[in-house]
Order: sequence, then structure tokens, then C-alpha cells
Amino acid sequence: MSHTATATTAANDPDSSGARHRDPLFTTASGGRKTKDLIAKVVMWAAFLLALSPLVWILWQVISFGGQNLMQSEWWTHSMRGITTRREGGGAYHAIMGTLLQGLVTGLISVPIGVFTAIYLVEYGRGRLARAVSFMVDILTGVPSIVAALFIYALWVTTFGWNRVGVAVSLSLVLLMIPTIVRSTEEMLKLVPNELREASLALGVPKWKTIASVVLPTAFSGIVTGVLLGLARVMGETAPLLILGPYTKNINFDLFSGNMATLPTMINDERQYLALPAAHDRVWAAALTLILLILLLNLAGRLIGRAGAVKA
Amino acid sequence: MSVTGVPVDLEPPSGQEPTEVPRGPGRLGDRLFGGSATLAGTIVIALVTLVGVFLLAQAIPAIAKDQVNFLWSREWNVDSEPLRFGVRDLLWATVVTSIIAMLLAVPVGVAVALFITEYAPRWLARPAAQLVDLLAAVPSIVYGLWGVATFTPFVGPLQNWLGSTLGWIPLFAPKYQSSLFVVGIVLAIMILPIVTALSREVFSQTPRTHKEAALALGATKWEMIRTAVLPYGQPGVISAAMLALGRALGETIAVTMILSALAPGSPWSWSLFNGGATFASLIANNAAEFDSPEKTGAYIAAGLVLFVLTFVVNAIARIVIERRKAFTE
Repeated sequence: MSHTATATTAANDPDSSGARHRDPLFTTASGGRKTKDLIAKVVMWAAFLLALSPLVWILWQVISFGGQNLMQSEWWTHSMRGITTRREGGGAYHAIMGTLLQGLVTGLISVPIGVFTAIYLVEYGRGRLARAVSFMVDILTGVPSIVAALFIYALWVTTFGWNRVGVAVSLSLVLLMIPTIVRSTEEMLKLVPNELREASLALGVPKWKTIASVVLPTAFSGIVTGVLLGLARVMGETAPLLILGPYTKNINFDLFSGNMATLPTMINDERQYLALPAAHDRVWAAALTLILLILLLNLAGRLIGRAGAVKA
Repeated sequence: MSVTGVPVDLEPPSGQEPTEVPRGPGRLGDRLFGGSATLAGTIVIALVTLVGVFLLAQAIPAIAKDQVNFLWSREWNVDSEPLRFGVRDLLWATVVTSIIAMLLAVPVGVAVALFITEYAPRWLARPAAQLVDLLAAVPSIVYGLWGVATFTPFVGPLQNWLGSTLGWIPLFAPKYQSSLFVVGIVLAIMILPIVTALSREVFSQTPRTHKEAALALGATKWEMIRTAVLPYGQPGVISAAMLALGRALGETIAVTMILSALAPGSPWSWSLFNGGATFASLIANNAAEFDSPEKTGAYIAAGLVLFVLTFVVNAIARIVIERRKAFTE
């Protein structure tokens, strides 16, 4: 191969002479193109670092302001009862329990609905109803949390005249959690190889038993991952709590009466006094607790997902 | 059990019902199980329908009593009869903050996705993706807290500088610190993981052959990305941007905490450095005062507009995804 064949692209490129001599078949890019390539590379790295900066910044701030309180056992065992905003001390026990309880109830309601909807879509659904269900799940995915809360308010408070209690919050969170469970479970069920279903059906096992004892166990860890990630999403929600879950400094485990504290509302309540040192630390400590809780759920979900991934 | 009761047919197995239907628990179980699956699906349909019906039923009476044009008025006075409320200011604040967020988050998010799929060394790609995903795990109230306490003062000088040099453009007229502009940036950080995660997924699906073909023709890495990866991923990026936009439009607490409210009757301003309220932040700010049905109805009407807005945006995203599916399959 003569040099002339490649000269058009490489002749005016002083930088690439080394590569050119080694293998005359291939030419390296011209200076302008190389510069662009380099710029692109720098831009990608810069974008990544830029994206990381708020994460590092927020985490550093939350830990440095809030870490102190978390080290004290009182934080995990006491409520804010009787603690005025200026006073040091107090804990987040009431809020942690409230968040966990409401999350638990939300999960208990949404998991059966979500999982069965996914089973319907993957195993049973054909035709118009299935398309309608799938479409509605898509809509539900896009419903802003504040709209879900307004709906429950319109139903629970305006129509039935009931009080704003913990279970109402859970109901609005159910609306947000169902679509995430449906979509993740659907993905997992689709991953289960059809050969497994056919083998079971060929042995004469009825369809429902095939689903319950072959399909679901195979997809189990994936479903659990979806549930935990869904929980992590709804437990960090604040908007429904503002509308349906008024804050209290006291411990209340009753989902059906009285105000119930949660971590987001605790942050929201104490942040009015951000200028006072004691309240300032408590706000950030509550924020750190909430982040830790959500991270734990995320981590658990991912670990379970990786441990038991469907091997097709 | 029916497992042993089924006679072995010589017919090849097919999707058809077997001619001899096993009696007993299998049949009943099938009906129960299939029935509950269908029921769950129906519940989902019913839920979404109920959301629409309830919101409409409570919004319409309030809108009927409204003395001004609901869509075009800038007033929001629901404390005393007659009700006077309109959503023009809310619409402006909601859309402007979300557009700022998109303009920032989409290019950066796509670049981060390209970084993870194409540029990062092998050992870094996975941790990098997980770190960006972590941004999605931070609750929005923490973003709000950080936005109020740290980020707003931090952006202050930039905002002042923009205001003093470009202030003659109505969009940059100097106003307040806790502005639509700051909210837009914080929203951008919040939606960045969505853009990145979805873009990453489509980029990684780019057929190897396309990429290798580009490289074999002598393209540099960037040219390969521009000619093979980006065109292939474009619909995915568009739908990712739309889904992220839907999230930004509905974001509540971070906006509520950061954005400074305007006094009623403030003059109209195009400035990005103005305060205001989005649909979600207005509702959240007044959540404690839903005492009369008309008043609640007015806020629910605002929520309904937000619902429609996010619905349209999400629908566009879905249509783009479906088109792509039809194209690739």
C-alpha cells in the first residue's frame, strides 16, 4: 500500500507521525479531529465530576452537621416530647418508628396489588384489558406525589370526613409504590425462562401452581429488590405527609388516630428554627437518619438482587 | 392431587387447554389465582379512574364559583368570598423552573451516561453508575434543606453578577436570592440520575457492529459516539428527558423550601430571579388551611392542572419509547 492512498487524511498531521510509520495501512486522525476527540473526553470526565459534586457536598454537610446527634443513644431511644426548640437533646425515635410503620403498611397494601398486577400482565393478560392496565400503570408512574396526596385528601377527609392519620398517608404512598412494584416485578417475571413454565405445565401442574411454585420462587429475589427500592422511594416522600400527616413530638404507634411523626415532617418542623444551634443539629441529624434508612433499603435491595439473580 | 391424575397424552403439548380438564383443586385454584390477578389489574385501573374523578368532582364546583379566568388570571385569593383564583403565575413558575432544570440536566446527564458507558475505565464504570444513582436516593427534603441553607447563598454571587451584567434583559432582571433560577438548578441535580440511568441503558444497547463499523472506518472515539451511539440512543434520551421533566414539574418540598413567595398583587416580571410558587409548592404551603370545601377545591383544581401537565409530558415520553420499540424490533 503506497503512502499516497492515505495521504489525504493524514498528510497534514504532524502529531500522528509515530503511529503512521508503524502501520502504513491505518492513519490516525488529523489534528482538528484529534483535538475534538480530546475535548469530548475532557468534557465527559468533567460532567461526571460535576455530577458527583452535589452528592459529596450534601453528604459531607449532612454528616458533619448531623453526625454528632446520631452518636448519642438518646437519639435512637427518645422522642421530642417536652423538648423545646432551644434545648439540646431529644431524639428521633418517634419519627423513625412513624416512618417505618407507615412504610410497612404501605408495603403490605401495595405488594399484593403490585405483584398480582404484574402476574396478570405477564402470565394472564391479553387483549384490551391488559393494554388498559399497562397504560394505567404508566399514568400512575407519572402522578406527582402531591397529586396522589390531594386525591386521598379528597377521598379521606373531604368525602368521608375522617381525620388526617397515619393510614391515610400510607394510602397515598400506595399510589406511588404500586407502579414501581408492578414494573420491577414484570421485568423479573419476564426473565423467568419459558422452558421452566412449559416443563411444569407438561408435568400436568395447573397454571396457578406453576406460577406459585415455579415462576414466583425463581423471580423471588428480583421481586424483593423491587419492593425494597420502591419502599426506599416512598419513605423519603414529604409531600403527602404535609397534606395528610401532621407532625407531633410525641410517640404514637396508632395508625388510625392521632398525629404521627415521621422523619420528613420532623425535619420540616424543626427547620423553622434552623438559626438555633440545637434545632440546627437536630434537623441535620434527622436528615442523616433518613438518608441512612433509605440507603440501607437500597443496599439491601441491591444485595438481595445480586445474590439471587435469575440464571437464564 | 391433580398432578398424578392427568393421563399422559400422546398428542404433542400445545398452548391449548387439555381435552381432559383435571378436576379438583387445580381448576378451582386456577380460577382463584387468575381471578385475583385480574382483580389486581382492575384495581389499578379503578384507582387511576378514581383519582381523576375525585379531583374533577371537587375542582369543578370551585372553578364554577371562580370570579376570574381560572387559566389566565394571576390572582390567588381563596380566603374570602368571592373566590378569585387563576393559575397563570403558577404555570409560569412551574414551567420555567422545570425548563431550567432540563437545560442543565439533560446535557450533563447524557455526558455522564456516555462517560459511564464509553469513557470510564472498566473498574470505574460500575461504581460511577452507582454513585450517580445515589443522587436519586437522597430524599427531596434533604435537597430542599441543602438548597436553603447552603446552595442559595452559594449561587448568590453568580446570580448578582448575572443580574448586574445582563440585567437589561427582562429574563435576568435582578430580584431575589431564593429565585426560580436557584430552584431550577436544584431540580436539575434531582433529575440528573433519571436522565443518566435511562440514557445509560440505551447507550449500552447500541449494537456493537455499529460502533465497530464506525471505528473501522477510522472514526475517533468521539466521532464514533456522534455517528453511532447518539443517533441510536436519541429516542431513549428524549424519553428520559421527558420522564425527568415530569418529575421536575411535580417536585414539591424542595421547591417549597427554597422558593421565596411573592406578596399578593406583585407586578408581573419575566425575571428568572423572581420568587413565586409552583403548583406543588402552593398546595404544600397551604396544606394546613384546607378548611372549606371551596378553598380545598381551588387547590385541588391547581393539582388537577399539574396532573394534566405531567400526564401530557409522560404520554409524550411513552409514545417516543413505543415508536423506538417498533423501530428496533
